[in-house]
Amino acid sequence: MNDTQASEPMLEINDLHVRFPVRRNMFGRIAVENHAVSGVDLSLMPGETLALVGESGCGKTTLGRTIVGAQKATSGSVVYGGRDLTKLKNREKGPYRRQIRMVFQDPFSSLNPRMTLRQVIGDPLVATGEASGTELEDRIAEMMRRVGLSPDYMDRYPHAFSGGQRQRVNIARALIVEPKLVVADEPVSALDVSVRAQILNLMRRLQEEYGLTYLFISHDLSVVENIADRVAVMYFGKIVEVADTADLYDKPAHPYTEALMSAAPIPNPAQRGRKGRILLPDELPDPTDPPPGCSFASRCGYAEAGRCDRDPVDLVDGVRCVRKNELDLQGIVKADV
Amino acid sequence: MTDHSDAPHANSASLDSTGAADPEADGKPATASQRQLVWWSFKKHRLALVSAWLLIGLLVVVAFTEFLAPYDVRHRDSEYTTAPPQVLKIVDTDGGDGWRWGLHVDGYTSEQDERSLRITYETNPDDRVEVGFFVKGEEYELFGFIPWDRHLIGPKDPEDPMYLLGTTTDGKDLLTDLVYATRVSTSVGIIGVALAFLMGIVLGAISGYFGGWIDNGIQRLIELVMAVPAIPLWLGLAAALPTDMGPVMRYFIITTILAVVAWTGLAREVRGRFLAMRSEEFVTSARLDGSGHGRVMFRHMLPSFSSHIIAALSLSIPTMILAETALSWLGLGLRPPAVSWGVQLQEASKWSVLSGAPWLLIPGLAVVIAVLAFNFVGDGLRDAADPYKH
Repeated sequence: MNDTQASEPMLEINDLHVRFPVRRNMFGRIAVENHAVSGVDLSLMPGETLALVGESGCGKTTLGRTIVGAQKATSGSVVYGGRDLTKLKNREKGPYRRQIRMVFQDPFSSLNPRMTLRQVIGDPLVATGEASGTELEDRIAEMMRRVGLSPDYMDRYPHAFSGGQRQRVNIARALIVEPKLVVADEPVSALDVSVRAQILNLMRRLQEEYGLTYLFISHDLSVVENIADRVAVMYFGKIVEVADTADLYDKPAHPYTEALMSAAPIPNPAQRGRKGRILLPDELPDPTDPPPGCSFASRCGYAEAGRCDRDPVDLVDGVRCVRKNELDLQGIVKADV
Repeated sequence: MTDHSDAPHANSASLDSTGAADPEADGKPATASQRQLVWWSFKKHRLALVSAWLLIGLLVVVAFTEFLAPYDVRHRDSEYTTAPPQVLKIVDTDGGDGWRWGLHVDGYTSEQDERSLRITYETNPDDRVEVGFFVKGEEYELFGFIPWDRHLIGPKDPEDPMYLLGTTTDGKDLLTDLVYATRVSTSVGIIGVALAFLMGIVLGAISGYFGGWIDNGIQRLIELVMAVPAIPLWLGLAAALPTDMGPVMRYFIITTILAVVAWTGLAREVRGRFLAMRSEEFVTSARLDGSGHGRVMFRHMLPSFSSHIIAALSLSIPTMILAETALSWLGLGLRPPAVSWGVQLQEASKWSVLSGAPWLLIPGLAVVIAVLAFNFVGDGLRDAADPYKH
């Protein structure tokens, strides 16, 4: 799918900021706010799978929710089909909600316990009045078959299903309106390892059938390596590195990426201990008061005092690090036995 | 031959498996709807089940009032004021000429006190009043449009007195009054609660779903309404009603007054649930599916706790009934000629009357039974509302 990258991006995120009010002063003005996403630039090519990785709280879910319109952007733009999605009025959102869909992380809280699969999966069609009667029923049944669920289960409630099956329901609900882009927020992280591969394979198959573009949010590097064409590493509300999956895993260019790679479990016991794990100190900067320089400087083993922590650093050639040309970083240990 | 002997075995096995015990028998998995699960759980609550039957009886009384009451509500027998209850008898052994079968009650004898000139009545075993079912009596219109003249029970000769629960000080049949009062008091409770719930659910849902300044505004309004003590508010509002208002109009206004005071508690409950639920992912995904706010609130969120709402509903009907009874008893709610339990009990508030006619307290018993029944059913529903809780 890398060949599609030559064409125009289907989604472009420019200098996107999302801030949450933490405390208001006595006049109702925002006194303290949390910078969840602070200046993200990212573009998605049609047909690709871009993985967004990073530790908990780095803003990757917020970024995903902003793209689908579940979260208001503070500033910046998300351009899709020539329109800035962040500036859409409510009544203009309809067609974009169909083209950009979301698969949620938690297969339990994302399904209404009082709605049957028929109601859940068919909801996008019913809510917009697009289909009803037998047409609705046929489309739901067809969608269920495509995600590997028997249409016989249509009138059952979600509590009767396992996590993997529920996630299939979530995927069916997202795809029934035939979207172009799917934001999948950690779709397999709540599932058993044995079920993960099934869901990932399903997603890959559906991508081919529907010509989907995925933004795949995850913290699990082994899952990402499997499914993604490109990987964007997010840290503290910013993208610190974007690269093709193979390149990134082979040779990370940002110290944070290297630290992430070193934390990935090594499946082969014989290779464990061959490479030292990079243990990051817990000194996360205060998200309500971000530092002026590199936000990773306080935890970075390669940081130079007076240089890294002072000057703002931009994403140049896919890497946000002032020392990127000076460092020789180690990628993930390949299971080559 | 062995083939044949095997066949019935296979048959009986498949018969077994198609029974209710095996839900997977017809290839489709069995599904129990929310309603079924609640019902199964509710059935285990004995007291609630008995109370539910009582409430059904209450509703029958409300629907068939004119038929169940022996007399018309305007019926007044000045010959028998403050007459004691009669006992329904099947067999008469006092006549001397053996047993006389047949449904009857004893008639009355009256006695006038020489000094106070007060007439007291006593039942007289020698006087026999024939009683029958489906007897012809005063004409009425069932459900307001079916003209009929039969009553469930009554004296065979319309001139004879039959007062199973006695009569009031002005000679009205207490049973007739009680049946009519049941209709009024129960319907005040149900209609009042329905009005209160409409307000409570809509305002509570909006408050919890949108949050922010809308929530703030509605919560302050609720606090304001709650801060005003209920009884003086009722009294004030009820006292402001013109006294020459018709009984039907008065009935609706009193119901509305009760509802205006009662909606706040429910609004808070609904708001809390919406507040807790709005950050759930299925609510977000409902929005992303293209549902408007109204659809998300009332199609996706509200059904999640509809059973809780029904439980809260049946728990707040008794409060409403008691409020109406209290208000009418104080003379500020409904007034004669309208009858309600409160209006009936008004008569029993004087000791001088009550000492001579304790049966006037029977409407109080009706209030207690109705209130308890609604409470037990409400309790049962509340416990059954969450079938997956256990």
